[in-house]
Amino acid sequence: MGCGRLGSTIAAEFDAEGHAVTVIDHDESAFNWLPESFGGETVLGPGEDAAVQERAGAAQADIFLALANGDNRNAMAAQVALHVHGAARVVARIFDPERAEIYRELGIGVVNPTTALESLVRAAAFED
Amino acid sequence: MYIIIVGGGKVGRGAARDLISAGHEVCVIEREPQVAWAINDELGDVALVGDGTEVRVQRAAGMNRVDVVVAASGRDQANLAVCQVAQQRFGASRVIARINDPRNEAIFRAVGISTTISATRAIVSSIEHEVDANMLRLLELSGTEFELVEVVVPPDAPVVGRMVRHLGLPPRTVLTLMLRPGGRPEVPGPDSVLEPNAMVLAVTEPEQEERLRRLLTGAEA
Repeated sequence: MGCGRLGSTIAAEFDAEGHAVTVIDHDESAFNWLPESFGGETVLGPGEDAAVQERAGAAQADIFLALANGDNRNAMAAQVALHVHGAARVVARIFDPERAEIYRELGIGVVNPTTALESLVRAAAFED
Repeated sequence: MYIIIVGGGKVGRGAARDLISAGHEVCVIEREPQVAWAINDELGDVALVGDGTEVRVQRAAGMNRVDVVVAASGRDQANLAVCQVAQQRFGASRVIARINDPRNEAIFRAVGISTTISATRAIVSSIEHEVDANMLRLLELSGTEFELVEVVVPPDAPVVGRMVRHLGLPPRTVLTLMLRPGGRPEVPGPDSVLEPNAMVLAVTEPEQEERLRRLLTGAEA
């Protein structure tokens, strides 16, 4: 869910590796980020909507990745996939480190770009 | 009680107004400064500008001593986050969420936010009630659990031609008046016969309303 720079890149990679990939985005033009070679499915609609996720086959998904830009949207989408559709594994991108911790406690896989970047910035700043 | 309302739109501001006049202590967290200022102009210094889904904003609002949290914004994903942050970080035990899209009720329930208010759901169900085929709730008999309903018996209903005594009316239900097309009103007795297109007024309980409707109209829901 979320076909921006990150979502489209990961979707294209997983697709090229031979996984069955479906990408959800509420903006049709976002699918332009996908390469010509992308062989997966696209579903248009708000990815936190249970009905949209159903169309995308979230109930059969092994992994659901919520990679849109809004923390709240990602958190809700991941929890809908987990609790409503029973997706096997869910991961949400959460920028706010404090909310990232909260959702971890609630059993969601969380990627926090802020803390991840912090260490990269630190390494770049102090590298010899 | 101390009540924190997140979202200062029509719903949040209206709730704040009522709760303040009922004597409660209220804080409204609102993202848009202009909206927050307007609330302060009307209600005194109750609004805090900020993103109510953030831990530090909730802390500044006094979430650690809150009695009730109301997530009243127009975006369901924000309301869900408000409730979960308040519960998980500040141990808020009473959270109420506004749900804008009724289809989102499932996820709020699934994560344990049981008190939800859906205006859309409420409006839709009252519309459904009003346009309910063949039955109209005329009034609730004040001070009782009974109500007065009106039913028009369709010409093809199974009850046409049957006597009242053989209808098998739901419990605590009485037919109080019957009006045949072009006829005079009569109080139906046990031997009165239901005629096609007769209008029937009945006193019943809300729980029996649907059963009565099916009986007299023969129609499924």
